Amino acid sequence: MSTDDTPSTRTNSFALQDRLFAGITQCFALLVLITLLAILASLLAGAWQTLSQTGPSFFVSSTWDPVRKLFGGVAPLWGTIATATIALLVGVPVSFGIAIFLTEMCPPVLKRPLGTAVELLAAIPSIIYGMWGLFVFAPLFAETLQPLMINTLGKLPLVGVLFQGTPMGFGVFTAGLILAVMVIPFIASVMRDVFETTPPILKESAYGLGATTWEVVWNVVLPYTKAGVIGGIMLGLGRALGETMAVTFVIGNAYNISAQLFEPGNSIASALANEFNEASDPTHLSALITLGLTLFVLSFIVLALSRLMLAKLAAREGKRT
Amino acid sequence: MSNITSRNNASDVHGSTSSPRTERVVSAASKHSTAPEPAEGSLQTERVAGASPDNPVYRRRRWVNRFNLTMSLATMAFGMVFLLWILAILFSKGMAALGPALFTQMTPPPGSDGGLANAIVGSLIIVSAAIFIATPVGILAGIYLAEIGRNSTVAKVTRFINDILLSAPSIVIGLFVYTLIVANAKHYSAWAGAVALAIIAVPVIVRQTENMLQLVPNSLREAAVALGAPQWRVVLIVTLRAVKGGVVTGVLLALARISGETAPLLFTALNNQFWSTDLNAPMANLPVVIFQFAMSPYEEWQRLAWAGALLITLAVLLLNIVARTLFRQTKH
Repeated sequence: MSTDDTPSTRTNSFALQDRLFAGITQCFALLVLITLLAILASLLAGAWQTLSQTGPSFFVSSTWDPVRKLFGGVAPLWGTIATATIALLVGVPVSFGIAIFLTEMCPPVLKRPLGTAVELLAAIPSIIYGMWGLFVFAPLFAETLQPLMINTLGKLPLVGVLFQGTPMGFGVFTAGLILAVMVIPFIASVMRDVFETTPPILKESAYGLGATTWEVVWNVVLPYTKAGVIGGIMLGLGRALGETMAVTFVIGNAYNISAQLFEPGNSIASALANEFNEASDPTHLSALITLGLTLFVLSFIVLALSRLMLAKLAAREGKRT
Repeated sequence: MSNITSRNNASDVHGSTSSPRTERVVSAASKHSTAPEPAEGSLQTERVAGASPDNPVYRRRRWVNRFNLTMSLATMAFGMVFLLWILAILFSKGMAALGPALFTQMTPPPGSDGGLANAIVGSLIIVSAAIFIATPVGILAGIYLAEIGRNSTVAKVTRFINDILLSAPSIVIGLFVYTLIVANAKHYSAWAGAVALAIIAVPVIVRQTENMLQLVPNSLREAAVALGAPQWRVVLIVTLRAVKGGVVTGVLLALARISGETAPLLFTALNNQFWSTDLNAPMANLPVVIFQFAMSPYEEWQRLAWAGALLITLAVLLLNIVARTLFRQTKH
């Protein structure tokens, strides 16, 4: 104990250093947690005026009138849900096909380049999708596919009303389609990753019994990876709900609830992007922040479910070994 | 299609002895349809099974398989067509406005020509500031999750929340920073934009750092501890150094992610028509300029928007490819 260099003092100082190091890194980890709580708290504080004055009727009323200071959130909420639903209806089967191709059909030489290409599709900034939608896709859609859909699908009983309207190219449906193109790479790469966790022995057994490739995918791979596949779809849904730029360009910016999907609409994210900077009135600001809070809570739930599903699959993976 | 079935099947069963038999059985099943076998079927071995060649069950199964796999091929083609379509449009429209003026002149007033110099520099400043904030936070939090917290409750909850923040809507992050910084300071600023982008970048870095550190074999840690090193030195000098490339990959991926983010900058950094390097004031940046110019009716502005879009996409794709190459090198 006389000098500083005895083993016990050194061990003590090491222990102190380690506690300090552990403390510092823990602070930074907690910072991530605090960020989430701070986001919730600040949005709640911002939304408080609307929540206390308008109350739950904010989520029932569809009037959005900044002049009369009447705000109801149903129209953008409907737009968000409608676009995300269209995106999933189109995106999920396509992603499933891509994942099957990449895991079961693709020649080994092409596996990596094609997989990378799908991931690059995910890396393209959303504003690029928006511009492409505005300048290229929407005009083309209005000229070719949209009149065709109005004349054929629009005449169907029951679902026909969805496909009626004026062929302008803009609107909820176009926004949903562009979102679909955006979420396909996310869902497809998760599906591909989970498909690859299927133990080869299960697939071999099915092939050995004479199953076709499709039967192996549908009856062996899919049941085995069910939780992961749902997790991937939820991840895509989470993305689709919160996507801003791709939607803002093409949705048409109108507070409008209509079963006609070719009519312009508004999603929560596009309403925020279009109006937030112009809103000067505190009631208006608070109503917009309430929309933001709704979006955050909604996507939080979806993303949390997605993570739980994926964790379920990962847990089984661990048990196997 | 049937040769795809058998070829792929053979390649999928990794070195297993059952593979030749699997192939024969599958091809036997497909042989017994009435449809004339095209030349591609020559890979298969001739086998006769007990079932009648006209068995409708076989025919149906084979047809379903063929149809679904063709659809799968079609979806892949669909995805690639969109990727190529977007890139082709971007190049053809962006190249038209690409020139030296783009990098030397300021963003013009409506209806006249100009460049994007202030927006490019503004973007570089905001993104660098964001990554400088996010890198230490992300790496230290990643170290906690992988090396110190491991399976503690705090680590588990943090990991879960981090994964959610990874895909949280970026516009809500912008809203949060607006209420936190812009509303209090009463003015938009580049700092606010950098903070918003940093919040988006941190989860990417945390996730990658943690995943990489978990790849380090425990024997490496044990060896260092046995030499008498305290844990912090083990982490910083041994484990972190072993996966340096992977951690840098995480930072590059985060950089790629935030370079194209528009939504969080709308309410924070805003835009600035003039040259400004003051981080405490609104600053021009590429994504917001692209948004504003693309939505405008002016042709000159739209042309500049395409040029900006091309620049951003090239930067993002380049960062992604560099990150991937680096990652592959460290893994082997």
